[in-house]
Amino acid sequence: MKSILVVEDEPNIVLSLQFLMKKAGFEVRVANDGEEALALVQDRAPDLILLDVMIPKRDGFDVCQTIRANSDWKDVYIILLTAKGREVDREKGIALGANDYVTKPFSTRDLTEKVKQILSGG
Amino acid sequence: MLPGWLIVVTSFGYLSLLFAIAYFADRRGRQGHPVVNNPTVYALSIAVYCTAWTFYGSVGRAVSSGAGFLPIYLGPTLMFALGWVVIRKILRISKVHRTTSIADFIASRYGKSHLLGGLVTIIAVVGIMPYIALQLKAVASSFTVVLHYPDLSGAAAVTSLSPLRDTALWVAALMAAFSILFGTRHIDATEHHQGMVLAIAFESVVKLVAFTAVGLFVTYGIFDGFGDLFTQAAADPRIAPLLTLAPAGNDWLPLTGLAMITMVCLPRQFQVTVVENVEESHLNKAIWLFPLYLFLINVFVLPIAFAGLLRFPLGTVDHDMFVLALPMAEASPGLALLAFVGGLSAATGMVIVETVALSTMLCNDLVMPMLLRFAWLHLAEHKDLSGLLLTIRRTAIIIILAMGYLFFRFIGESYALVAIGLMSFAAAAQFGPAIIGGIYWKGGSRRGALAGISAGFLVWIYTLLLPSFARSDWLPMSFIESGPWGIELLKPYALLGLTGFSSVSHSLIWSLFFNVAIFVGVSLLDRQSTIERIQAALFVDIFRHAGSSTSTGLLHGRVSIGDLRAMAERFLGRDRARDAFSEYARRRGRNIEPGGQADGELVQFVERRLSGAIGAASARVMIASTVKGEGVGFEEIMQILDETSQVLEYSRQLEQKSRELEKASGDLKAANARLTELDRMKDDFLSTVTHELRTPLTSIRSFSEILHDSPDLELGERQQFLTIIIRESERLTRLINQVLDLSRIESGRMKWVMTEVDLVEVVEHAVASMRHLFEEKQVGLKVFKPEVVPMVRADRDQLIQLVINLLSNAQKFVPSGTGEVAVEVTCGRNTLLVSVADNGPGIPYHEQDKIFERFHQVRSGKTGNPLGSGLGLAICRGIVEHLGGRLWVESTPGYGATFFFSLPVIGAEAHA
Repeated sequence: MKSILVVEDEPNIVLSLQFLMKKAGFEVRVANDGEEALALVQDRAPDLILLDVMIPKRDGFDVCQTIRANSDWKDVYIILLTAKGREVDREKGIALGANDYVTKPFSTRDLTEKVKQILSGG
Repeated sequence: MLPGWLIVVTSFGYLSLLFAIAYFADRRGRQGHPVVNNPTVYALSIAVYCTAWTFYGSVGRAVSSGAGFLPIYLGPTLMFALGWVVIRKILRISKVHRTTSIADFIASRYGKSHLLGGLVTIIAVVGIMPYIALQLKAVASSFTVVLHYPDLSGAAAVTSLSPLRDTALWVAALMAAFSILFGTRHIDATEHHQGMVLAIAFESVVKLVAFTAVGLFVTYGIFDGFGDLFTQAAADPRIAPLLTLAPAGNDWLPLTGLAMITMVCLPRQFQVTVVENVEESHLNKAIWLFPLYLFLINVFVLPIAFAGLLRFPLGTVDHDMFVLALPMAEASPGLALLAFVGGLSAATGMVIVETVALSTMLCNDLVMPMLLRFAWLHLAEHKDLSGLLLTIRRTAIIIILAMGYLFFRFIGESYALVAIGLMSFAAAAQFGPAIIGGIYWKGGSRRGALAGISAGFLVWIYTLLLPSFARSDWLPMSFIESGPWGIELLKPYALLGLTGFSSVSHSLIWSLFFNVAIFVGVSLLDRQSTIERIQAALFVDIFRHAGSSTSTGLLHGRVSIGDLRAMAERFLGRDRARDAFSEYARRRGRNIEPGGQADGELVQFVERRLSGAIGAASARVMIASTVKGEGVGFEEIMQILDETSQVLEYSRQLEQKSRELEKASGDLKAANARLTELDRMKDDFLSTVTHELRTPLTSIRSFSEILHDSPDLELGERQQFLTIIIRESERLTRLINQVLDLSRIESGRMKWVMTEVDLVEVVEHAVASMRHLFEEKQVGLKVFKPEVVPMVRADRDQLIQLVINLLSNAQKFVPSGTGEVAVEVTCGRNTLLVSVADNGPGIPYHEQDKIFERFHQVRSGKTGNPLGSGLGLAICRGIVEHLGGRLWVESTPGYGATFFFSLPVIGAEAHA
């Protein structure tokens, strides 16, 4: 079973993502801040991370960069989630090694489809 | 023993030769073949420094103090060898400003001051007239010595001869005639007295030859050369001490300095060195030739002194007369006659030059200014004043020599006259600070120079002149021995307890000390007038102004050339004025029409010419008064100067303006930076608002879609998701309201419903509505309040919202279970104070101000989650400030935080 890590500090958004990913048939783990996220990745690398940018302690960019610095985790797919819609944030995320970038509020259908497509090896 | 007629004939023959030489030189000069345009003549004429007092007195001084006579020659040597830059500067200044005398020089430097010129003149006359008497006495004494030797008893009575047999009288009369003939030939005192200069140079040669001849005779005729003479001298117990430097004692330094300064301060030295100088380049030769002359004339001073001491029994021959007595005693009358002529030449040279110099000063700096001031109307009627000028000068010469002779007749034997040599040096030295200071320091002022010279002169009178009166028995000796009224500190030879110096050195030290101190002190405190500033700059910067100084263009305007010329004619004479004007026209290469307007250059040219005739101060007055008559003039100069100072003022203002501009541009930069910052903040604000709006919107959209796409959800789950949607919608609404509230408060568009409000009731209401939330989180909530509180004027709903916000914040941050929140209302004098205290984590010091900024979110210490929209406290502060109160926080991190707000009570509000 493919594994997904949801990194998000808004409990209700966590809840919705958790529901969606579980329903799509993935194993879901949740981290509320950057440090927790990295600890969980260290523990066991997920196949995909839904990573909010505005999280406490170490922000999403930081987490993204740290993961990309380790070649063991080069296959981990990272999708950045952000409420900031500015183009410059998107470019920064991609430059730091994120694979995709999704702006809140997002379409649940599109996100689920995207995740499914990625994790089915397509 | 020489026959009297021979001496008389020789004397008159010598003096006739002088007249002939002078006549010859003047004649050649008029024919266009100047003979004095020669650096050797110039250097020799400077040797007028060596007077009869030198010729005879050096030996006398050597007898009493060994090498102690040397400083008087060492000083000038040093001045020419090392201090020639000073002389050169004075030369240049005097040439440019057509200086006629030392008084003119000083007066001109300090703003063309009559007062200063007069003072210098008086001091010079008082200080130097007795010196002239001394020369006459030397001539008379030497005449008696050669006439009566070996019976020297008559020499003491030179002052009591009948007038007809009185050589001094004859010499004085002849000198007066010479000075009048050759010293006042021209009306322009700056023009060179070629005849006089050549005669003086010739006299310098004569006295050197005579003295050297006696020296050689003594050294090689009487003794077997220097070796023999000095060996015998060293063996004599009276002479041996003189071979050391000890007898001169402490006086070396002061006397050398004195002699240095007199090179530019003695009127006769100024006359030959500066006024009579034809070309500045002649100084180059004088720099070494004059010191060489001094060396040569001093070589035989010690040999003659020692020989005299060895040859004559103590007390039989006046030491000063060794030069004459030695050849006489050795039966060499021809040599004695030569020595006599040498002494005569030394005396006459000094008398001539000094008389001419003093008469010029008396005329230009004392008499003319007075005549111009007191009898101006009378003078104005004269068509030609040049005759008057010459008459004044000639009369002055006669008066000076007559007084010199009378001095000699009546106080000739007194100590006062004998001591006058060095004393008059010390008097002249008082001009030193004003001269040297004047050409190197622009700050020296007229009042400073006046005060300094006066002070120095008074000290000189007190420490030298009065004691010499006492020693001549004209004052009680107790004046010297115990001071006036017995005050020891005022003893004139040991003023303020200074001892260890000769009286001259002592006087010199104190007089120059007071002179310099007062000159500098007063100058520093003084404010120079405009003309003083101009003259100071022209003098000090003479080499910088060189060449351009004649066209400063200070004066210009409506002075007719005819009037200017008429005035020039009055003082210069018709011919000289015509020559001057045509010279000017030739130099400028243009015609000068009498009806035309004189330009500044011409006015200045005429002023310089007049300066040459009547001195700078008088010339200034004449020019100013003439120009004034035409409605322009001194005022105009002043106006021009004022304009200059206005320009200065204007440029100062400009500077200030540019400084202000700089400051304004700095302010602008800061403002711009602030605007940029505000813009960035606005951008941040929008971005933050967007972010804050998107977050609840994300939840709402997600769960709506989930509900929409999942018809098979359990009822409980469906219920949960719907609740979330509702809560997030509420959050969204609240956020939007807060943003709008804040915007309304900040822009002043908020609608306030102002009523009298009981703050306790408001707090209770807020607590009641929050109670449920606190209980749910198991947080203690206590309220402390007084029974009755004054009313405040406020919007009740906003106030409730404010308290709720504070309670809500407290509740968010305290730990569940152990959290405690206390609300307290207290009455101040004019205010009510509400505090909301919690036992949460507290707020870091650096955050305590920032939390009131919008969207500044404090994250919970544990989870790091933001706990609000970040707008609550900003709104709270806006509300409190609108109501005239204050909102702040006090917190020690780790020990909770207390928020306070104060509001004015209704009575106080009216008074506020």
